[in-house]
Amino acid sequence: MPKLMVEARDLYKSFGETQAVDGVSFSVPIGQVVGFLGPNGAGKTSTLRMFAGYLEPTKGQAIIDGVAVSDDPLLAREKIGYLPENCPLYDDMMVVDFLRFVAEVRMIPPSQQDARLRLVCDRCGILSVLGKDIGQLSKGYRQRVGLAQAIVGDPDLLLLDEPTSGLDPNQILEIRALIKELGKEKTIILSTHILPEVQASCDRVIIISDGKLVADDTPDALMTKGTASRVSMLFGPMDSATVDVHRIREILADIPETRSVSSRPGEGDGTLGFSVDVGGDGDARSALFQTVVQHGLPLLEMHREQVSLEETFRKLTQGD
Amino acid sequence: MIFVRRTLSIAKREFQSYFNSPIAYIVIGVFLLLSGWFFFTPLFLAGRSTLRGFFSFTPVLFIMFIPAITMRLLAEEVKTGTLEWLTSMPLRDLEVVLGKFLAALGFIAVALAITIPYPISVDMIGALDWGPVIGGYLGLLLLAGAFLAVGLFASSLTENQIVAFIIGVTFCFTLYMVDKVLFFLPEQLGAIFQYLSVDYHFRNIARGVIDTRDIIFYFGLMIVALFLTMESLKRRHA
Repeated sequence: MPKLMVEARDLYKSFGETQAVDGVSFSVPIGQVVGFLGPNGAGKTSTLRMFAGYLEPTKGQAIIDGVAVSDDPLLAREKIGYLPENCPLYDDMMVVDFLRFVAEVRMIPPSQQDARLRLVCDRCGILSVLGKDIGQLSKGYRQRVGLAQAIVGDPDLLLLDEPTSGLDPNQILEIRALIKELGKEKTIILSTHILPEVQASCDRVIIISDGKLVADDTPDALMTKGTASRVSMLFGPMDSATVDVHRIREILADIPETRSVSSRPGEGDGTLGFSVDVGGDGDARSALFQTVVQHGLPLLEMHREQVSLEETFRKLTQGD
Repeated sequence: MIFVRRTLSIAKREFQSYFNSPIAYIVIGVFLLLSGWFFFTPLFLAGRSTLRGFFSFTPVLFIMFIPAITMRLLAEEVKTGTLEWLTSMPLRDLEVVLGKFLAALGFIAVALAITIPYPISVDMIGALDWGPVIGGYLGLLLLAGAFLAVGLFASSLTENQIVAFIIGVTFCFTLYMVDKVLFFLPEQLGAIFQYLSVDYHFRNIARGVIDTRDIIFYFGLMIVALFLTMESLKRRHA
């Protein structure tokens, strides 16, 4: 079994009456990039904050590399680099002064600070803005400085809370590439409510909703699992005296894998389109094909529709 | 050793950030202007070589100036969210609080150092008794330390700097005034209130008499206020 970097043991967090995190357990092995997904207010930030040591769990334990955050907060914090939501930084400081401050607090020996900072700034692409005040930076550069401060101490784990929120599409791509690069050598948990982000950069997705964990899988598996897959079919013009829409529906509905059949627009010229929702884990297309051939229906086209992560997400987080 | 280095890192950052904003220069400028006024007026009117005017009015100035120096120390970090980031760094609350306190104390020390030409110029006009002057400066530093700790506590209570300022002024004003409302209090109660007054202890030290009781009072006040600040910080992430 691979060594665990992060472990949430039955975490609870309540603020007065509100239950922000409601019994969340998961574990992340070393080196994994995990997307922490959920609608706004689902408890993502609260969970990350409990790992970062900013919030104390009401119940349960947050464990980082074998160290419970509540037992030895300092040791646990040395192992993490944290980028909070909205990237709060000291606006009145110059980038280089700020990073040097981080290096000092992280106990990097003065003789090694220059080399370390140069390496970090080079990786994050901020060498050109070192002399600027943080408050004057564009959002993209600001976010890069936020990532740079997180890796100054060379921690094993990065906790990134919505690292791309508020950026324009180009900046989002740049930050994603940077995260992907960092993910090669570090364990990363990044929270987001933007789905493509997870598909782009994560090995694994954890979805939480209303403080509860509702899914935990790879992005690809999540796209197909949990929802029925759907096959769309297109038939050529037929003699309407013998075969009509209702008859085809009946034929398709007779197949054991079929859950429901609905009509969809054809391509004109008498073609007929259908959507078939099929259940089960296997591929229903061969069964569909056999049946269609048995009844001599002129099949023009058949393909499986990808159920998007969005759909899975909506289904899981709206409790339907 | 690590504790000292981290505390000093915080202190250095805060101290530099004072001088990154115009507020520092405004505060020092106005402080020098007002304290200079209180220094020169009695000097020329009374014609005596003494700094009594300066030393009796500076504590009053501190009631306003020190909360202005401390108001942003924690309130601003809460408001901008940097406190969340700071608490995720490998730092103890004590290192953060003490570092900020030392930075503010350093700032006040700079402001006071700029007033040293006052006693030197008085000494050039007529022989100055340096005992009360040294006691006065020591007393001002101790008084400032106590006010700074109280102001820092006020700053930990809110994320609004103006509110932090008002709370700080109220605390400092109360600590200054407690022994000035003694006349309508019973005698035993009066002694207690007198002991709680920052000005009472300051006047003792400013006479040039360094008594451990006065020094213990100031350090006690600082420790209590800094402790309360840490408790208040802890409540934020409970």
